[in-house]
Amino acid sequence: MDNIDGRVQTEDSQNVPAAPRAKSRAWLKRLGDFWTLGILVIILAVFGILQPSFLSVSNWFNTTTYMTETLLLAIGETYVIITAGIDLSVGAVEGLAGIVAALVMVALEPHGATFAMIAGTLAGMLTGVLFGLLNGLVITAMKVTPFIVTLGTMGIATGLTFILSGGTDVVNLPNQLSNIGNATVLGVFSFPTFVTVLCLIAAGIILYQTRFGRYVYAIGSNAEAARRAGIPVNRNLIKVYTLSGAIAALSGILLLTRFATGSPLTGTNDELNAIAAVVIGGTSLFGGRGTIVGTLIGAAIISVLITGLVILSVQPYWQTVAIGVIIILAVWIDQFRHRMA
Amino acid sequence: MEPVLQAKGIQKYYGSVCAIEHIDFEIYPGEVVALLGDNGAGKSTFIKILSGVVKQNHGQILIDGKPVQFASPMEARRFGVETVYQDLALAPDLDVTANIFLGREILRGGLLGRLGFLDKREMRGQVAGRLDQLKVSIKSVAQIVSELSGGQRQAVSIVRAASWGRKLVIMDEPTAALGVEESAKVLDLIKQVKARGIPVLLVTHTLPYAFDVADRIVVLRLGRSVADLRADATDTNEVVQWITGSKTVDRIAELQGHRG
Ligand SMILES: Nc1ncnc2c1ncn2[C@@H]1O[C@H](COP(=O)(O)OP(=O)(O)OP(=O)(O)O)[C@@H](O)[C@H]1O
Ligand SMILES: [Mg+2]
Repeated sequence: MDNIDGRVQTEDSQNVPAAPRAKSRAWLKRLGDFWTLGILVIILAVFGILQPSFLSVSNWFNTTTYMTETLLLAIGETYVIITAGIDLSVGAVEGLAGIVAALVMVALEPHGATFAMIAGTLAGMLTGVLFGLLNGLVITAMKVTPFIVTLGTMGIATGLTFILSGGTDVVNLPNQLSNIGNATVLGVFSFPTFVTVLCLIAAGIILYQTRFGRYVYAIGSNAEAARRAGIPVNRNLIKVYTLSGAIAALSGILLLTRFATGSPLTGTNDELNAIAAVVIGGTSLFGGRGTIVGTLIGAAIISVLITGLVILSVQPYWQTVAIGVIIILAVWIDQFRHRMA
Repeated sequence: MEPVLQAKGIQKYYGSVCAIEHIDFEIYPGEVVALLGDNGAGKSTFIKILSGVVKQNHGQILIDGKPVQFASPMEARRFGVETVYQDLALAPDLDVTANIFLGREILRGGLLGRLGFLDKREMRGQVAGRLDQLKVSIKSVAQIVSELSGGQRQAVSIVRAASWGRKLVIMDEPTAALGVEESAKVLDLIKQVKARGIPVLLVTHTLPYAFDVADRIVVLRLGRSVADLRADATDTNEVVQWITGSKTVDRIAELQGHRG
């Protein structure tokens, strides 16, 4: 009798909250998809009220261009995190690729500025691809966790950046570089923003429409299931990390076009902003879930927050404090949603 | 009639541990065979051999009378042998269609296809058709697997196996984690798979389930195949006796009968 009573009770206690729980779950899911957009709007409104010039055309250019720094890295990071990995090396690779590109451009300028810029761009991209490949190979072949591998390559890339540059800025880049970097495309985009928009669209299409994108999700969702289904898991992981390295390099090269100077400090801590953008955007650190649109919103929040704080003349040191708080909040929400699912 | 799959004199050692001493087994087109046996009898090991997960030390596997060697699960699948694993091998964040086509995606035609673009509509259509054929009730082919009940997930696994298993679908305790109602649905699904002419090898500990769906019951005991019984010519009592080993004498007679 006791037993039966006990069982009935437990079933009751499970059944009664079941319906509301299901409802709150669906509600949470919808909230999870849109709360970031809401926060972006709120932040924009607050800054707009505090400082009307924040909503000006020139600030649109500033903010979107500034945003490309975070967004490009975040695109690659989105792929990586969907596979349940992490790439801590993107900021350092961005910096190294920029320095390599700058040094090649300076060295080859006597042979013609256009030639120098193309060669420098290729050298920079190659640097990123090689670092991404290295990350992917070590992670898959040596079975070291992505966190440690990319922490290591982050150190390697940072060190090489300082060794190659001697710790000082690389100057005397071709003049045409800043012409490109400061060009306006289609009236609303700076050149870096335009390139980033193209990358964003391509990354979204590849992720949602192609078999490779499908495998990225499958590997992050259940790597063992993917393996049993005959998906070449390692090869796809190597592709993902290579992509992340390449896009980090592209970001570093675009920064060169903006400032016409290669700084060894470029990219420092940028991986934090990128990871924050991805996680705020709803991509799960547990893998298997995430969207490019979410990452766009996440990057926008971070960039608007930082440029807004600058406009309000808040000490710049508060920026990393703000991002630190956001990243913890976003991960907390991610864990919460993971437990609900 | 020729068996679709035949295993002759299978033996498997793990180091010095003998997991399977000697198993003879065959399954014919359109047949459901239940594989029974006590814990440690060697059922899972035997299934792993048939699905290419582990390799036997001795013995031969023949498909349509031709000897085959499975170096990997992929190879077994290429021969049309699909397995529903006990730990569901699904990707919980992907939808039903993506899971059923996992690793076998249909690409679009032309240039887009060569660039790796998925033909999502075609895959959804095919999955809807298969769910319909097998009478599986899942609300939408685009539903995320983590939102499904345990029984529905099992159904997705089985539909996937039945979609690709031309020769044989193996299921290792597909009802182990399910309640009575959901188990009944899985049994219905097995009957649907059988009705479509695909042989099923079912491992279970639940005798009534075996009698419900199986045409034949094969009993393993201590790594040997000890009994091969027509389901309609035996009963629970006899099967239990074989499983527990209280009926052993007949084995020799039966084996001799087989040979003779
Ligand atoms: N990887 C392994 N290494 C060593 N011994 C093993 C291994 N796998 C199985 N065995 C042994 O082989 C024998 C058969 O095991 P198996 O898992 O095939 O039994 P089973 O019939 O599936 O049992 P159950 O009903 O409990 O699932 C057991 O004695 C087991 O301990
Ligand atoms: Mg077993």
